[in-house]
Amino acid sequence: MIMASEVEEKVVFDTESAKEVVKELRANFVAGKTKSYEWRMSQLIAMLKMMEENEPQIVAALRDDLSKPELESSIYEIAMLKKSCGMALKELKHWMMPEKAKTSLTTFPSSAAIVSEPLGVVLVISAWNYPFLLSLDPVVGAIAAGNAIVLKPSEIAPATASLLAKLVVDYLDSSCIKVVEGAVPETSALLEQKWDKILYTGNGRVARIVMAAAAKHLTPVVLELGGKSPVIVDSGINLKVATRRIISGKWGCNNGQACISPDYIITTKDYASKLVDSFKCDLERFYGKNPLESRDLSRIVNSNHFARLSKLLDEDKVSGKIVHGGERDKTNLKIAPTILLDVPRDSLIMNEEIFGPLLPIILVDKVEDSFDVINSSGMKPLAAYLFTNNNKLKEKFVETVSAGGLVVNDTTVHLAEPSLPFGGVGDSGMGAYHGKFSFDTFSHKKAVLYRSFACDAFIRYPPYTRGKLRLLQAFFGGSMLGIIRAVLGWFKA
Amino acid sequence: MKIVSAALFKDCTTSIVGVGLGGIITYRHTYKFNQVRFSGSVRSSCYCCATLSSTMEKAKQTFDVDNAAVLVNELRKTFSSGKTKSYEWRMSQLECISKMIDEKEKEIIDALHEDLSKPELEAFLSEISMTKSSCKLALKELKRWMMPKKVETSMATYPSSAEIVSEPLGVVLVISTWNFPFLLSLDPVIGAIAAGNAVVLKPSEIAPATSSLLARLLGEYMDKSAIRVVEGAIAETSTLLEVKWDKIFFTGGARVGRIVMAAAAKHLTPVTLELGGKCPAVVDSNVDLEVTARRIIAGKWACNNGQACIGVDYIIATKEFAPKLIDALRSVLEEFFGKDPMESKDRSRIVDSFHYKRLINLLDEDKVSDKVVVGGQRNESQLQIAPTILLDVPEDSLIMQEEIFGPLLPIITVEKLEDSFDMINRKPKALAAYLFSDDEQFKTKFVQNISAGGIAINDTVLQLTVLSLPFGGVGESGMGSYHGEFSFDAFSHKKAVLYRSFAGDSPTRYPPYTPAKEKQMKALLSGNLLNIILALLGLI
Repeated sequence: MIMASEVEEKVVFDTESAKEVVKELRANFVAGKTKSYEWRMSQLIAMLKMMEENEPQIVAALRDDLSKPELESSIYEIAMLKKSCGMALKELKHWMMPEKAKTSLTTFPSSAAIVSEPLGVVLVISAWNYPFLLSLDPVVGAIAAGNAIVLKPSEIAPATASLLAKLVVDYLDSSCIKVVEGAVPETSALLEQKWDKILYTGNGRVARIVMAAAAKHLTPVVLELGGKSPVIVDSGINLKVATRRIISGKWGCNNGQACISPDYIITTKDYASKLVDSFKCDLERFYGKNPLESRDLSRIVNSNHFARLSKLLDEDKVSGKIVHGGERDKTNLKIAPTILLDVPRDSLIMNEEIFGPLLPIILVDKVEDSFDVINSSGMKPLAAYLFTNNNKLKEKFVETVSAGGLVVNDTTVHLAEPSLPFGGVGDSGMGAYHGKFSFDTFSHKKAVLYRSFACDAFIRYPPYTRGKLRLLQAFFGGSMLGIIRAVLGWFKA
Repeated sequence: MKIVSAALFKDCTTSIVGVGLGGIITYRHTYKFNQVRFSGSVRSSCYCCATLSSTMEKAKQTFDVDNAAVLVNELRKTFSSGKTKSYEWRMSQLECISKMIDEKEKEIIDALHEDLSKPELEAFLSEISMTKSSCKLALKELKRWMMPKKVETSMATYPSSAEIVSEPLGVVLVISTWNFPFLLSLDPVIGAIAAGNAVVLKPSEIAPATSSLLARLLGEYMDKSAIRVVEGAIAETSTLLEVKWDKIFFTGGARVGRIVMAAAAKHLTPVTLELGGKCPAVVDSNVDLEVTARRIIAGKWACNNGQACIGVDYIIATKEFAPKLIDALRSVLEEFFGKDPMESKDRSRIVDSFHYKRLINLLDEDKVSDKVVVGGQRNESQLQIAPTILLDVPEDSLIMQEEIFGPLLPIITVEKLEDSFDMINRKPKALAAYLFSDDEQFKTKFVQNISAGGIAINDTVLQLTVLSLPFGGVGESGMGSYHGEFSFDAFSHKKAVLYRSFAGDSPTRYPPYTPAKEKQMKALLSGNLLNIILALLGLI
């Protein structure tokens, strides 16, 4: 609705305004401003400074939008982003260097390099669950790669969106980096424009719209989506640690409202009751006897999502399966950590992404059957987790379960490793970012071959003769003898 | 467009030549190709693959969505069984391709001759040997490519180890094109096989001899439970695009590229789009003129007679230098193709009459026709146009607005060579850009300022043969890339895998949250060992 640079509330952001924004950014990109190492560094430094100087404001905005606990905000949103920024600052020179590539006999003498160049003007459309991190982390990559950027934060986290709009103007170069706030009409206006890359974080339905819009302009896309991320729990493990790590990835991650949060658990019939007991005990230790009162849990983001989650919980064949929790507080948008045991596979809760504090447990006879449960859905999740001490099972898991990323014996922490690409596959998305992958995702890898005028081989050129053909055949056949023969034959002829 | 499509289907009877001919579904249009080829309006609907308009409903479809669904289901079943994932299967299929090329070289050359009058040496060099070397490299490197790549882990997840595992995407579709119909069909297929996918190849109907040869050969040599060919035109392509693929790899024009990507969006299918564009060659005045002329000619007329996506589209040179360059080109052209180039057997023909007319249209535009300085001869019945050079055509002419894709070469002159950057950057990004120069500084500037899929300095087209370089466009020239290991990557999902043990679990991560925990976590993420120790000791 409002552009960062203007504070007139009433201005409607329509296609024309979007066109103007892109035009301005493109002019500045073409002028070469964003391409220099210095500009990129200055913007990354400014962003780091912005986070250091505004941590309380950011924490407050996240509390407004999601009642996000301060530790979660300052660790999973701010510290993570700082880390990402810090790494880009440290590695940028190295990332920007052309990468030498080997050349072959075919082009001898020659040298080759892969040169990373910015794509141009890029659009980042972000989500509401980690509204700060998921907005700025892609922006770090886009800046590092030398692009001009428009960021469209989610209107479902309005406090963070407007804080972002303000901070970006205050700290970053607003001739090349802009925030456009708004909802569906603004996003549609933006999507009509030609971008050089779109990175979208959100759900599969909107992702299809984004990609179809991108197709009109041949714009490449990164789609960071979600999915039902399973956790397989084997027996014979350190149950205490496993329980804590699952809780931390589920309720300790924005109360389950995270794209890589555990969505459901698969365990054996024999082990389930032990696991449930362990959950009960640790959940109480973490969130107290009355978890609705706990300040260490985010709330449900809004009443739509509250209603959606209630519906999952109240489905006939599901509501009787609650073994822990189930309490809810509609006015404060709180739902207690809830565990459901043995819900039917055809229930709603097992057929859509839960994205909230409900955790169903599916039972299998043998832990190996879990792989089929996961793969039979045909939908590839963004993450999959396994807790086991069995190395064979680990291997089988990595081999047979397809997901954006896998973690063995923990949840969600792969996100914190910038040496791993973060991104989905199939229904969980396409493309990846984090660390150098962020730089790569916003760069074009230009192939460059250098030759000199020396050693010009006549056999390439017409008129084509039998001799030339034979020489080439020998050359590509790789037989030295053949080459010699052909050359001799050539001279004889 | 409606009229066009009606014309296309009026004279054709579509029949199933043989389902089960070696397992290949060969839905072939047995329409009269000559007739189609010479009714120009028809071809406008087929440029670089297919137009996917609603008008095709009028046509009788023999390969319908149900067929496509059955096909994909079969392949998906094979894929799910894990067959294509094994190293052995991939190697065996790559070996089959290699064997197929060795054994059927003559047939391939004949098909290319039929479709394009492609000279034997060109067919050998740019299609057969390229495909072979691509296959050879995959055979040699596959084990290494398939290996999980260990990566470093940080303090944040200590103790842990991590790797990136390449896994096949599933069932993929390769839509190929007519100008290098053999190479551009099999090269992506090699990547798809190397990465362990099941593949459907849809070759171009505009190169029908190669298309049907591919259908036959792949049926004969390859594992038909996982690798199929679907022949056909617009109707078949749009049918294929309706079903869900795990990747679509498309080579062709930007217009159809958009249609392919929009179709892919419905299923969240990632795409690689290999398109084209107007590839410029900037020629400095300090060059070795003879070598430059030869290499430009090699990248234009000796490259399928200009019908190549990375062929030289136009030249930029300074006003003073242009006449010298033209003289050099003229004399080398004569050396290569003789006094009467129309008689030369060493150039491909124009693929069909639609493209012939399109090119004539470019040549006959009012403000262009008097700019011809070399060539200009044409022969409609043989679909030949002589190597033609045009000097100083206006920038707003048709020939400077669309991709030429044929034997016409305009030369644009500038005052200073630096002016060429603006001229190039005003146009959509091309698949390739070339510079001939001896000036190191200018080379650096060119690489810095010109955005294109790839760049070659002091040569043309050869960047394609360097398999350690990614081949692919940017902007209007496409997205994604392939060749060598990049082909493997294009058809793989890079799965992030992090391994942890149960040991070393710190209570810091868990609620109830306290300020001390927050400090410890921040220290951990900062990766600074001193901070971590201080935080754990409660000192910061």
